[in-house]
Amino acid sequence: MLELAGIAVITAGFLLRFNPLLVVIASAIVTGLAAGLDPVTILAAFGKAFNDNRYITIIYIVLPVIGILERHGLQARARDLIGRIRGATMGRLLLAYLLFRQLTAALGLTSIAGPAQSVRPLIAPMAEAADEVQAPGESDPERVKALAAATDNIGLFFGEDIFIAIGSILLMKGALQGYGIDLPPLSLSVWAIPTAIAATLIHGTRLLLADRRLKRQRGG
Amino acid sequence: MIGLGFLYAVAGLTFGAFAVLSIVQVPRRSGNALFYALIAVSFLLGDRLGDIGNGVLVLAIVAVATLGRRRPRDDKADSVEARGAWLFVPALIIPVTALAGTLLLARLPGLVDPRQVTLVSLTFGVILALGVCYVWLRVPPAAPFSEGARLMDHIGWAAILPQLLASLGAVFALAGMGDVVGRLIGHVIPAGSVFGAVAVYCIGMAAFTIVMGNAFAAFPVMLAAIGLPLLIQTYHGDPARIAAIGMLAGFCGTLVTPMAANFNLVPAALLELKDRYGVIRAQVPTAIPLLFFNIVLLYLVMP
Repeated sequence: MLELAGIAVITAGFLLRFNPLLVVIASAIVTGLAAGLDPVTILAAFGKAFNDNRYITIIYIVLPVIGILERHGLQARARDLIGRIRGATMGRLLLAYLLFRQLTAALGLTSIAGPAQSVRPLIAPMAEAADEVQAPGESDPERVKALAAATDNIGLFFGEDIFIAIGSILLMKGALQGYGIDLPPLSLSVWAIPTAIAATLIHGTRLLLADRRLKRQRGG
Repeated sequence: MIGLGFLYAVAGLTFGAFAVLSIVQVPRRSGNALFYALIAVSFLLGDRLGDIGNGVLVLAIVAVATLGRRRPRDDKADSVEARGAWLFVPALIIPVTALAGTLLLARLPGLVDPRQVTLVSLTFGVILALGVCYVWLRVPPAAPFSEGARLMDHIGWAAILPQLLASLGAVFALAGMGDVVGRLIGHVIPAGSVFGAVAVYCIGMAAFTIVMGNAFAAFPVMLAAIGLPLLIQTYHGDPARIAAIGMLAGFCGTLVTPMAANFNLVPAALLELKDRYGVIRAQVPTAIPLLFFNIVLLYLVMP
């Protein structure tokens, strides 16, 4: 039960907005000590896991390309493009992106888009431009950018489990196998479809409602 | 075979370039350069440092990131000639190469590690796009990495947080945290209620994911605590439905937790949002009804 102190540390640390890096280190030390591990074992376990998880940090290799294209006006071109499409609104644009992200993730193509690859250079500036056209002077770029990043996550999460070879499907299969329950991956991935549709409907509705709110603002 | 070794070499050299350019261009802010240099060391030499060596390296990275004078540089830069819509081409080379590579390399066994096909293809896409930028835009060799370091400065310490949280997960696992939480949650289920068991299972998946930042860590625990003994063995539910819908209930938790830093905090930093939790705030109104949907769906498909 003492191990729960580690969860308390991380929760309190995040709520009080301490630097998250220090909060994580503190939580690891508290958890390890509470479980009766000696400091060197904790350090080694943490170091090994850090080394094993380096692939998480690889994605930043796209930044040089994105950065140099931005310097040459990529975000401005993305804004121009959306300005030329008749009927393009922030909500419709993000809804299209949501569907694109869900469908490609369902085919296992999770890395072809993301915050660094697509949201910052393309989707966020397009959404901002569409929003600015809809409600000149009333647009809230903070909210639009946050909604663009949110749409990327939701499309990814509620698309990827339809693909049979994604990590979470393999994890479920493995965990059930440990209890002698053997399932084909397809039987798991078909049960991701109803929630994927619900995610499209719920988030899509929110996106279109955001458009209507803008329209009212402009009218009123 | 091309695999993680190749990816880590590319990432290590990229961060090495960020470090060198940071110290050359803004020498007064050596914290930035040191931060990138240590990450480069992790990528290039991590496998030779040993577990304790890597532990010390992590502490050094955290010390530099929190104590060092890490500040984004000024964004004032010489304006360059703006280009037309062709600028989309190099940007699209990355996803198109990732897509084509994933499909094609799977047919050439032995060339690329099958578990890393997509990441390797993405890396090829980045190298190809970089080549196109050099040839077409005629930029100086250091320019893309200088721009990359500028974006990296915006992300700051958040860049390393996802990897750090994954490591914390390993310490949690070593300490047996899953069993402790599983036992606790097992106590709160109303006896004899299928709906109660389903609700606690789904909410437990979301709640444990919020704490761990990762539904993968929550799943084995909730399966052992409730999914298997109650939903499968007592109420004879279909294991595939219970597992799949439970995992998606966990994903609803991922949408609302700062512990899932790579999805929630890194994009906020990358988009330069003033509110660190802005992306989470935008996700809550979708996550809550979706969790509710998962509970009702699982209840309806129970026998």
